[in-house]
Amino acid sequence: MSFIRPNIRHPQLKVNEIGYTRADYEGALSTLCAGCGHDSISASILQSCFELSIEPHKVAKMSGIGCSSKTPAYFLGKSHGFNSVHGRMPSVATGANLANRDLVYIGVSGDGDTASIGMGQFAHVVRRNLNMVYIVMNNGCYGLTKGQDSATADRGSASKKGVPNPFSSIDLCETAIQLGAGFVARSFSGDKEQLIPLIKAAISHRGFALIDVVSPCVTFNNTVKSTKSYDHVREHMNATGTFDFVPLKEEITTQYSPGETEEITLHDGSAVRLHKATENLDFSSRRSALNEIERFKEKGEILTGLLFLNPQTPDTHEMLGTTPTPLNKLTYEQLCPGNGTLKSINESFK
Amino acid sequence: MHKITATNDFVIKFANINGTGSASANNMFAKSIFRSGIPVTPKNIFPSNIQGLPTWYEVRVNEKGYLGRRGGVDFMVATNGQTMMQDFQEVLPGGYFLYDNTKPLAPNYKRDDIQLIGIPLTEICIQEYADPRQRQLFKNIIYVGALSYLLNIQFEVFQKLVEDQFKGKEKLITPNLHALELGYRYAKEHYTDTCGLKIEARDLNQGKILVDGNTGTALGAIYAGATVAGWYPITPSTSVVDAFEKYCKRLRVDPASGKNNFAILQAEDELAAMGMVLGASWNGARAFTATSGPGVSLMAEFLGLAYFAEIPGVLVDVQRTGPSTGMPTRTQQSDVLPAAYASHGDTKHVCLYPADPKECFEMSFNAFELTEYLQTPVIILSDLDLGMNDNLCDEFEWDDQTAYNRGKVLSKEELDSLEQRWGRYLDTDGEGIGYRTIPGTHPTKGSYFTRGSSHDEYAAYTESSEAYVRSMQRLEHKWDTAKTLVPKPVISNSSKSTKVGAIYFGTSTQAAKEAIDQAEDKQLHINGLQIKAFPFTKEVEDFIEQHDYLFVIEQNRDAQMKTMLVNELEIDPKKFISILNYDGMPITANFISKQFINVMNQDKVTPIQKADRG
Ligand SMILES: Cc1ncc(C[n+]2csc(CCOP(=O)(O)OP(=O)(O)O)c2C)c(N)n1
Ligand code: SF4
Ligand SMILES: [Mg+2]
Repeated sequence: MSFIRPNIRHPQLKVNEIGYTRADYEGALSTLCAGCGHDSISASILQSCFELSIEPHKVAKMSGIGCSSKTPAYFLGKSHGFNSVHGRMPSVATGANLANRDLVYIGVSGDGDTASIGMGQFAHVVRRNLNMVYIVMNNGCYGLTKGQDSATADRGSASKKGVPNPFSSIDLCETAIQLGAGFVARSFSGDKEQLIPLIKAAISHRGFALIDVVSPCVTFNNTVKSTKSYDHVREHMNATGTFDFVPLKEEITTQYSPGETEEITLHDGSAVRLHKATENLDFSSRRSALNEIERFKEKGEILTGLLFLNPQTPDTHEMLGTTPTPLNKLTYEQLCPGNGTLKSINESFK
Repeated sequence: MHKITATNDFVIKFANINGTGSASANNMFAKSIFRSGIPVTPKNIFPSNIQGLPTWYEVRVNEKGYLGRRGGVDFMVATNGQTMMQDFQEVLPGGYFLYDNTKPLAPNYKRDDIQLIGIPLTEICIQEYADPRQRQLFKNIIYVGALSYLLNIQFEVFQKLVEDQFKGKEKLITPNLHALELGYRYAKEHYTDTCGLKIEARDLNQGKILVDGNTGTALGAIYAGATVAGWYPITPSTSVVDAFEKYCKRLRVDPASGKNNFAILQAEDELAAMGMVLGASWNGARAFTATSGPGVSLMAEFLGLAYFAEIPGVLVDVQRTGPSTGMPTRTQQSDVLPAAYASHGDTKHVCLYPADPKECFEMSFNAFELTEYLQTPVIILSDLDLGMNDNLCDEFEWDDQTAYNRGKVLSKEELDSLEQRWGRYLDTDGEGIGYRTIPGTHPTKGSYFTRGSSHDEYAAYTESSEAYVRSMQRLEHKWDTAKTLVPKPVISNSSKSTKVGAIYFGTSTQAAKEAIDQAEDKQLHINGLQIKAFPFTKEVEDFIEQHDYLFVIEQNRDAQMKTMLVNELEIDPKKFISILNYDGMPITANFISKQFINVMNQDKVTPIQKADRG
């Protein structure tokens, strides 16, 4: 487990390519419960941005409401953040992205925020393929309102109250794949080895990228009967493979025999290199991804890692035909047609 | 038999079935009056349905320039069997009833106080056209042709209109002109000197246009530099976004790249539409959405966020008849209260009330300027009557010297030269408005966390009661600043000094002003005040102060504007007399003046202010 450090200078002042230290990506002190999975995810987001050498001010952090949605305050303190209303982060992120397509949009949400109150907006931001990273900190419960079951709680799973959940659960990865997301992955807050390269690839992917991260709630849902507890996830987690993120500038030289390793080039020229654990999975096939997720579920296992990737999907702006200049930078001259034009418009109303 | 005779002053109503092509023929008729240089007010009364239900089009011709609804029908064009009897009854004594006499009128259509004008529309069409669709469409054009003769509208006006309408589709010009001539000739042969209503060309429409309010609002958004629109379809607001898109495609596509200098996104619902507006505005673009009452209800949570987190955003509410789904294609001014105080907690929003398309255009621009300066949402309260009907108004104007005022936004240079610690919600210059920053502006300075939870001056989360109260008080102070920036009311003083006032706003304005003149003809004097904005400015307060009692004219049941005046300005409610029309039809001058006259005549006997206030 790692905790977010307060805004104090890091002992080893390692700088990244643009001269920033890790501390430059830190945020305010977390107020979440000690041991909460969400803090580890924040740390991974922070680390990914540091390693990718993204200028913090070129990131916009978007969230809804919940313990998970509070976390953007705890990383990337030099980025603007928007803690919106419960379940509605996708629409706010959509508007923000429409206004300025040049920023990196990292959305953070909870399973309640996404799979219940926000299910509609989630579905629609996926099908519009908004260029953003959407991270669900999935603890199977409503942490902030004291542990009620959420819509991602598995049937039969029981939280601190001890009552097994009678309802079937929503699988956000399957939903996103069905709705046309180009990048879909599942991970675990406790597995930074897997999570960091996934976040880096998700940021580099153009279009909608979902990472559903199982993130135990130590206070309400870390019980023996919970399928979202640390122990349960560690014991039942199966990765689709190991995963490297290869930045643009690194030349890709190694050749792997087909079948085990797949290399997929992303839109920005960087690549993901997958050492597949299962030959059954074809990352470019929705059907294959859904099959594998379900196959593992039948065994009571959780399939993690990259699940689906299609790097060539047009994003919202491409579909709308928006100018490459961010709309918020257009000038008066580009926007206002002037009185001469208005005079001829008036003529059409006579 | 008495026949109504009038020149350039009458009401003609068309009774049609929707989906039969009558709309464009009726529009052509209204435009012919406009082009004859006479003020005209057409109103479309249509069902919430796509095809087959009754629809009416009421046109008021009035050379004095009264543009509200008058009430009463002098001439009925009845082409809808379903409503024929009702339409027949509605004609004023001495009026005219034009109908299709291919089949004779049923014997129960008995009135000897009106003039019947039978024109065999169906028969003419059957003889002339083989195609059933053409038979249907041209029937409408034929009655317009007949009206040209009966009302003495110059035929050349129609010739020019048809040519303009079918520019690019020249093939259609001749058949349309032919249909007009068919009607004209039939009327001329059978009804010489039948009709006492006449059009005499004037030149009263110089500098005027005939356009719907939604187009005005959309053009205002274009000229204001709005780039992002998120919306969800709902009558009567849809045409705001339709018009915005139409003009964006014409005026905002980069000629070199063919790319759009705008983004319009149809959202999944109104919550998302408002979320998009706030996201875009937060990120430095001018953004808006358009909706009607049901959408405003859904947007409430976001409006509260915008109020408290101080995010700009323009919401166009084109009101319709509520509550709930109500009468979706009828008009009302019934979102006045719910818009002003939308959302939980202590919230209130700047509202603008346009009365004609020109005000829609100007207030739309105003709304973007105000919302960014005040960092709070601005709601434009139009309505179906204004938004969807063509209204006569002054030409739109734009001053090319205009520069957008983007409000208190810090640039990179300004952030660098700041001497004191910056706080997003610090009131540094006494207006109650902090300086905001747009994401991406500066690598190390000016980032902050926007939230709807309680925050201090530096945007940090706080549960301190003191900090919370400070921020609520500052918002109240900002509200005072808003009072100095919103459009001022327009006062129309009576020719004689009087202690009686009338307050109106939006689409009640035209009818109210005419009613004031009607009362004046009876030596009853009233000063008028058109409210243009909420919060109320000092002028509104003074006007109320200066009068013994005031009529408040509005189109809702609950006297919503009166409630706001009473509460916000702490006025004795007994000082106000409400005149309320809420049947879904635009308020008429006759309806208002009747109540003026009743009350004021009574007042002569027992002065109201004394009787009521003890
Ligand atoms: C409209 C609305 N309804 C209810 C709430 C109360 N609420 C706050 S957080 C939350 C659930 C959060 O659950 P989740 O998104 O899973 O986040 P977690 O706390 O588990 O990280 C609820 C119901 C709210 N803030 N707004
Ligand atoms: S309640 Fe659960 S989700 Fe919320 S901070 Fe505590 S551990 Fe995390
Ligand atoms: Mg949760």
